[in-house]
Amino acid sequence: MSPRAAWRLESLGFGDVHEYRGGKLDWMAAGLPTEGTNAKRPRVGRLADTDVPTCRLDDRLGDVRDRTRKQGWDAAVVINSERVVFGLLRAKELDLQADHQVSQAMRPGPSTFRPYVLADEVATYLHDHELENVVITTSDGRLVGLLRKENVSR
Amino acid sequence: MPGEVDREELRRMVEAGAQLVEVLPEEEYAEDHLPRAISLPLRRLDDEASTTLDRNRPVIVYCWDSA
Repeated sequence: MSPRAAWRLESLGFGDVHEYRGGKLDWMAAGLPTEGTNAKRPRVGRLADTDVPTCRLDDRLGDVRDRTRKQGWDAAVVINSERVVFGLLRAKELDLQADHQVSQAMRPGPSTFRPYVLADEVATYLHDHELENVVITTSDGRLVGLLRKENVSR
Repeated sequence: MPGEVDREELRRMVEAGAQLVEVLPEEEYAEDHLPRAISLPLRRLDDEASTTLDRNRPVIVYCWDSA
């Protein structure tokens, strides 16, 4: 839509016209403030736990389980060195055979939400899909944190 | 040919006096818009651009993404 607007403005005689290609999506994904009726409603980026345990594809599942539970968690996010999300280990996967590699046990390609999504939208999603948590990533797939059901239903 | 700006250039240009215009429908603007942006939906551009915008200052338009 904005390319058409930019060209049309030029044709109407405006000489110095630019287009912000990233648009509202890019702005909000960067966590920058907006104005409007939604501006004060909570968004998932702020509510996600950024200290969620993480692990790598070739980690041993038993080690990840011990480390995760020691930190008081029941989930761990599988990432690479760039913090790009590859998978998720929820309680069920953490309890699989200890000598599995994480890559064998994880749920690959979990559904993710962007940080600017409104908290009540994700609360409904978690409820409808009977999930305890969901991964929050930037638009390029990097981990922001894990949003737990209790964080959006307070 | 219209130029393209990224987030940082946008901030700098708006700070320097550029006009920032959201071309999405008004309802979407009402929910969320960038600071200092005004609403001029694409469908009203032909009729209202000349009265709403200053031809002597740069204009930056945006929508949801580049689609």
